[in-house]
Amino acid sequence: MKLGYFPGCTLKTNAKHFEDSAMQVMELLGQPLEEMENWICCGTVFSMTTDDLMLQLASIRNLLRAENQGYDELVTLCSMCYNTLKRAKEFILNDEENLRKVNDFMYREEAKFKGTTDVVHLLSILKDRITFDEIKNKVTKPLTDLKIGAYYGCLLVRPKELAIDDFEDPTIMEELVDTLGGEGVVFPYRLECCGAYQTVTEKDVTVKRTYEIINSARNAGCEALITSCPLCAFNLDQRQKETSEEFLEFSTMPVFYFTELMAIALGLKWNKDWKKLHYINPVPLLKEKGLI
Amino acid sequence: MKKIGVFICHCGINIKDTVDVERLTIELENYPGVAYIENYMFMCSDPGQNHIQDAIRENKLDGVVVAACSPTLHESTFQAVLKESGLNEYQMEIANIREQCSWVHTDIEQATHKAKLIIKTAIEKLKLNESLYPVSAPVTKKALVIGGGISGIQAALDIADAGFEVIMVEKKPSIGGHMIQLSETFPTLDCSQCILTPKMVAINKHKNIKLYVNSEVESIDGYIGNFNVKIKQKALYVDPHKCNLCDDCTEVCPVLVPNEQEEGLSWRKAIYIPFPQAIPATYTLDLENCLGLEPIACGKCREKCTAEAINYDAADMIIEEEVGAVIIATGFDLYPVENIPEYGYGKYPDVITSLQFERILSATGPTGGEIYRPSDGKVPKEIVFVQCSGSRDPEHHLSYCSKICCMYTLKHAKLYKHKVHNGQPYIFYIDIRAGGKLYEEFVQQAVSEEGILYIRGKVAKIYKEGDKMIVVGMDTLSGKKIEIKADLVVLAMGIVPSEGSHDLVKTLKINTDDKGFLSEAHPKLRPVESLQAGFYLAGTSQGPRDIPDSVSQASGAAAKALILLSSDKIYHSPIIASVDEDLCSGCAICVGTCPYGARELNEVSKVVEVNEILCEGCGACISACPSGAAQQKNLTDDQIDNMIQIIASGK
Amino acid sequence: MSLKITREKIKNSLVDKIEEISGQNVFDCYQCGICSSGCPVTDYMDYSPNQVMRLLQLGSVDEILNSKTIWICSTCLQCSTRCPKGIEVAQVMEALRTINLRQREGTLKPEDIKSKELKDLPPIALVSAFRKLTG
Repeated sequence: MKLGYFPGCTLKTNAKHFEDSAMQVMELLGQPLEEMENWICCGTVFSMTTDDLMLQLASIRNLLRAENQGYDELVTLCSMCYNTLKRAKEFILNDEENLRKVNDFMYREEAKFKGTTDVVHLLSILKDRITFDEIKNKVTKPLTDLKIGAYYGCLLVRPKELAIDDFEDPTIMEELVDTLGGEGVVFPYRLECCGAYQTVTEKDVTVKRTYEIINSARNAGCEALITSCPLCAFNLDQRQKETSEEFLEFSTMPVFYFTELMAIALGLKWNKDWKKLHYINPVPLLKEKGLI
Repeated sequence: MKKIGVFICHCGINIKDTVDVERLTIELENYPGVAYIENYMFMCSDPGQNHIQDAIRENKLDGVVVAACSPTLHESTFQAVLKESGLNEYQMEIANIREQCSWVHTDIEQATHKAKLIIKTAIEKLKLNESLYPVSAPVTKKALVIGGGISGIQAALDIADAGFEVIMVEKKPSIGGHMIQLSETFPTLDCSQCILTPKMVAINKHKNIKLYVNSEVESIDGYIGNFNVKIKQKALYVDPHKCNLCDDCTEVCPVLVPNEQEEGLSWRKAIYIPFPQAIPATYTLDLENCLGLEPIACGKCREKCTAEAINYDAADMIIEEEVGAVIIATGFDLYPVENIPEYGYGKYPDVITSLQFERILSATGPTGGEIYRPSDGKVPKEIVFVQCSGSRDPEHHLSYCSKICCMYTLKHAKLYKHKVHNGQPYIFYIDIRAGGKLYEEFVQQAVSEEGILYIRGKVAKIYKEGDKMIVVGMDTLSGKKIEIKADLVVLAMGIVPSEGSHDLVKTLKINTDDKGFLSEAHPKLRPVESLQAGFYLAGTSQGPRDIPDSVSQASGAAAKALILLSSDKIYHSPIIASVDEDLCSGCAICVGTCPYGARELNEVSKVVEVNEILCEGCGACISACPSGAAQQKNLTDDQIDNMIQIIASGK
Repeated sequence: MSLKITREKIKNSLVDKIEEISGQNVFDCYQCGICSSGCPVTDYMDYSPNQVMRLLQLGSVDEILNSKTIWICSTCLQCSTRCPKGIEVAQVMEALRTINLRQREGTLKPEDIKSKELKDLPPIALVSAFRKLTG
């Protein structure tokens, strides 16, 4: 089984710490991630129109290239890449006419798209392939006393056909937190949208969403959040700046990519550069818990 | 050759507008065998029937073809006409030129031609028809009622009051069903237990009723009027005749299990009485939860019982009974609430089901009828009811409307308001279905006078914040999203056929619909009969319905069963399979294909025999028989050949 | 103002187009409202999602095409996931946006983004916003 890694646009920039920590963690777990060659942006959002195949091309082109490079599975870290690649694949493969047309469009590629490479999210690899038991064995610095809310957002659980867990009541991320020795806290807003790309045109909306989501987490006893989506991470972390300005009583909360906490728990060194990519400084909390 | 009369019906314009009946009459006049032909506006009318009678008499006809509507509608009408004229009713054939011709075609030429072919096939079939006489069998004048809820109770009492014996089988330790769990009933708010317990007592005291509780029907063999029933009764560890209801055994029993009668809101012991008014009034030992019948394991209850009613050596029993009719009244269960995780049942103790709320409201319930919420025993001041929990959701849950929830939820809200005067009930609903006598008035009064607030929209999710349940919904009428900080949330669960009903259906091979509810023989005209002869349906086993409807249907089922029980003999259509003993090789292939168990190999003669009462004339055996020994009466291979030749010739 | 309904207006060609682009039958909706109660951004919309479905049933497409709702929708799919009739409400919203976008009528113009914002926003936010909101 050959695993390829698809980074996507933000993993090389704003979410570099997500990629770094994931790479290190997977190396340590004996399943190093091999970045596929010649990838392009997946298109970020999946287009839900039935009549415009052009909007599916970016995703399909990536999958075609992964196929040609011999990958059985393409792993993503970003929830949005996972969602978009996987839905584009299902959409095109579901209709022979669509399949024929996209292949027509991509005449310059070396081969035809057949849909043989599966799209998998890293969380599924951790749970099903490596197993949480195995990870637990490798924990050297348990996240003791750290209460963490897993923020799933939309893209890991909807549409329900590609949800990585129960779409109304997922537990995979809380289980992972527990595996790392922390306490996975279920909070009511963990499946509610952060406002996504509205952050560009309707900043107010995302600020209010952030306010509600972070408060929901705090009320449930969370001290920090984890996520796997760089857009959620931006809205929930960076937008806490505006949230604090608008709501004076608001108290901030660090937001991590789940792999950052894995790195810490598995005894890897906390990289000081990662801090720069956080808006809410996570260091005091990590220090308080004796994790760095 | 038979002298045949042909009678072509216009059915007003239904046939006449598409089929040229005048031309048909002329064209068929000289067809071999036709001794008389006419057409008429309504053959089924009284004058129409007189035409046929007159023609039979004047032309000395041997048989009649009526070209009209489907035989399901008027076959029996015209059979009666022949009988009155002194002919055997099986010398009558219907040529269906309405449903199978005029209604489905528009071209007059083609339709007329097709009608002609249909009539000719009927004439050819009639030529070889034998005169047949209905098959008869005796009737065991006793009924079996399966299920001891309100429907079963009503049906049993009606049959017993009419003077016939009834065997009642109930799975649980007491009869009473769901109705005994209810507090009050809508729309009159009379006490459910007060109106039900007299009927339960009547069952117990009735000389014509024999009651088996803790029992299940294991099998039913035989046929309409003549069923053999095997009933499995769980071991009677407590002898109901000796038990004096002193409660000493319960006091010493060390085991606590959730009380199912209280929907898990309180606990009971492993030896217990289900509720004070239980019928039969006796304690029951629940083997599944008992520490063990060996005195070494526990044995406390037997030690304590001064009446010596407890016998650990009791064993399960198989009881056999013979009955003529069976009434199925196996009731409902709530739709599994854990299938709706977004409503948080199981995670939050203050999200409860509608049946749990019935118990909280009930004077005999775990709170003595005072309204306290499960988590901390506080009186809820803001209470939210969520209708259509599981219902009307073909994508995830039940596609159908469970019918009773609108009214029981309103009843809940009213009863709540009567006890918590300063409390506020909210009802999330999609549509209010109040189509019953005094139901709409019940709704209107609640909205205008009792301060119950209806909010039109489906709840998206429920979660906990502090000690409140946050209910997120929508008021589609104002277009506003609604958030309520509730103290208690009641989910108005939809209903599904009971688990016992599923098991029984498998045992009895009774037809159900795709939801698992028992199928009626006809949705409008035979709503209380099963397609399987001798089985009658009552209550929610057939579909969601409230108490008045269940009781009416139970009485209806009883009346149908009484028709059967009050006959000395039952009659059955003679259009059934027969066996040509000279041709039958005894291979018994047909025995396996018969869905009714009507065929059996006679081990002595090595020839298959047909049970004429069981045979439904479906024809499965005839197509399976490799030697042509199996034939359907009045639908023989020769008759079918002749009919095919007409169709194939196209003339 | 009252809505004038005629048989031509109901199921007009624009409704057909929306059904075609979205692959949904707007008449499947029976107005239970769960799309709106589950929607995280109903509060910012001028028409709630169930009202959008209703207006489509009434053939009143222009009203929705000019609404704020279709642009506030962030395609989180909560409505589609919960709909008891299996209607992909989010796909209907996408179809409504698409009709506007194909006429070059979006809500996001690149020149409107301030350079400071541009520096802060991650690529994932910019690309997705342009894809969803720019004609």
